[in-house]
Amino acid sequence: MSNAESSGVLTGSHYLDGDHACSEGAIAAGCRFASGYPITPSTEVVERLSQRFPQCGGRFQQFEDELAASIALQGAAWGGTKAITVTSGPGFSLMMEHIGLAAITETPCVFVNVQRAGPSTGLPTQPAQGDMMQARFGSHGDYRLITLCPNSPQESFDLTIEAFNLAEEYRVPVIVMLDEVVGHMTEKVVIPPADKIKVTERRWTKKKPGEYKPFDANGGLVPDMVKAGDGYRIHVTGLTHDDRGYPNMSIPAHEKMQLRLTDKIVKNADKIIRFDAHDLEGAEVVVVSYGITSRVAQKAIAQAREQGIRVGSFRLVTAWPFPEKQIAALSKQVKAFVVPEMNLGQMVLEVERIASGRCRTIPVPHVGGTVHDPSVILKKIQEAVR
Amino acid sequence: MSIVRENPVDKYLRTERMPSIWCPGCGIGTTVTCFARALDGSGFDLDKVAIVSGIGCTGRVAGYLKLDSFHTTHGRAIPFATGLKLANPELKVVVYSGDGDLSAIGGNHLFHAARRNADLLVVCVNNFTYGMTGGQVTPTTPYPAIASTTPYGAYEQTFNLPGVVAAAGATYVARWTAYHVKQLAKTMGEALSKKGFRFIEIIAPCPTLYLRRNRLGEGLEEMKYYKEKSVLKNGANPAEVGIDYREQIIVGKFVDVERPTLEEAMEKRMREALGAKYVPYQQPGKMSPRS
Repeated sequence: MSNAESSGVLTGSHYLDGDHACSEGAIAAGCRFASGYPITPSTEVVERLSQRFPQCGGRFQQFEDELAASIALQGAAWGGTKAITVTSGPGFSLMMEHIGLAAITETPCVFVNVQRAGPSTGLPTQPAQGDMMQARFGSHGDYRLITLCPNSPQESFDLTIEAFNLAEEYRVPVIVMLDEVVGHMTEKVVIPPADKIKVTERRWTKKKPGEYKPFDANGGLVPDMVKAGDGYRIHVTGLTHDDRGYPNMSIPAHEKMQLRLTDKIVKNADKIIRFDAHDLEGAEVVVVSYGITSRVAQKAIAQAREQGIRVGSFRLVTAWPFPEKQIAALSKQVKAFVVPEMNLGQMVLEVERIASGRCRTIPVPHVGGTVHDPSVILKKIQEAVR
Repeated sequence: MSIVRENPVDKYLRTERMPSIWCPGCGIGTTVTCFARALDGSGFDLDKVAIVSGIGCTGRVAGYLKLDSFHTTHGRAIPFATGLKLANPELKVVVYSGDGDLSAIGGNHLFHAARRNADLLVVCVNNFTYGMTGGQVTPTTPYPAIASTTPYGAYEQTFNLPGVVAAAGATYVARWTAYHVKQLAKTMGEALSKKGFRFIEIIAPCPTLYLRRNRLGEGLEEMKYYKEKSVLKNGANPAEVGIDYREQIIVGKFVDVERPTLEEAMEKRMREALGAKYVPYQQPGKMSPRS
């Protein structure tokens, strides 16, 4: 870890929406390339980057579609810079192929999805959390990545930095999953001085050209990197490949590659997973939520506690990898999990799978378009202890 | 006595990956030899030349050249290359792919990269078919050629690729066939030394699928066709160089003009608008290992 470049960091207290805070997080993390295509409700992120980048040494390019935007950032990453692309709903669907490319080529990069209600064009200006499973499984084939879910503009700033740090640490695409409310709500955002912002730099190889293999993790799980133009003459392909990056269509080569791509996330899950838990001790019910829904749930939790219900909260900061250990442990303690989310049941499936029948799992689905009415969540909490 | 003679293009190839996947008589390898010869005489620092391919038979070119090479997704080599060039401006970036990859699935990117004058050399091997998937119709398959998905003959209007890229704004447009190896190598060398969106179309044989299915003989017969039916017209109007089935192939350099590249236009406008507040993009520095 090193400190952020002071040139781009807008140190101070600001009144920002979540989209703009995300842009500032990217700049503070050292990102200097962004690609995008206009789509509500995420456009403000790239609008701000297009305005800020020329004043802090970055480059923004608007492309002809999200297919282009979601691969241009990977070209930029191999060119040696930190890169981001930003989208919503239909654009996220178009980007799926390139999330797979980033996964198999182990390209550190950050995708932002400001979720709106779908499917298809759906409700372009209104919130949902309907892309949670798509964020995990949307591209074809097996792969793992990291997904972060901010619940405020401040966290949009903080977790965008975190996303870049994790992308560099694990050579993996990281997805920041905002929702329309977090993206468009305006709150105080404190941007610390650059020397207080910890930034993970790319782990360049110490090896010389000829010795270096771009996909050889040297017995570890994450290979060191190089960039184009430095004499290493690397080959990078979306085909199954060996340590040299050369295509290899054999089953052993596929197994070796696939298992390492999975292991680098699974075996590091304890280091990657972030959550925010309160009042778990003695809790008989735990509300599991994320994003804006976690803040709506706060009201229901407070009301339930006033009524004497011992309810705790567990907020997913990383949705993927999922905090399996923590949820499994809680499932032995509580009567029920209550899982409000702005979809008709996505992360609740994961909670239910991990709880494995040891306690009840009560979904609180919502079609999106607006946030939950807290009273609906409260009713489910009451039902859980009945 | 043994005589060891090194092929002069070997040093530009990942020879450990030979033989290539290409069929006997295929034209793609011939174009790669021309490209290697163009590099050979160029004097460029080859550490600063990167090659990007899409998917398909020609999409495999990146993997055989001993350069920084990227084999990306179907149709998306151009936007990958655009991001690579914008982020690492000292690179020369070459896109090498086929007619289906560049003009069908990747058509949108081809036209917009030409419009914005992205600083890329795009080499398009046009064999009138999707080879990798078994010989389906492409946007360049002429009436009434047989393809596996036009078993009764192709009937759609084709793309005249030099015409469309020139109309979109390409600053350098040329066409040769796989027969014109000397001319092609020279054109590739010239195009490599220029700036802006440069496009070279190479008409090349696919003996296994396109020629066989249309009973046009082997690769050698195709070379005779190229030799006999090619007409050199430097400066020809790119809108008028379309290719009809087994008819003449107009070859030569059609466009060679200068206008600001994407990067130059971007820099110029930012300086005009921001003056001293403009902080230009920095070429990423030499790699320093993280402790």
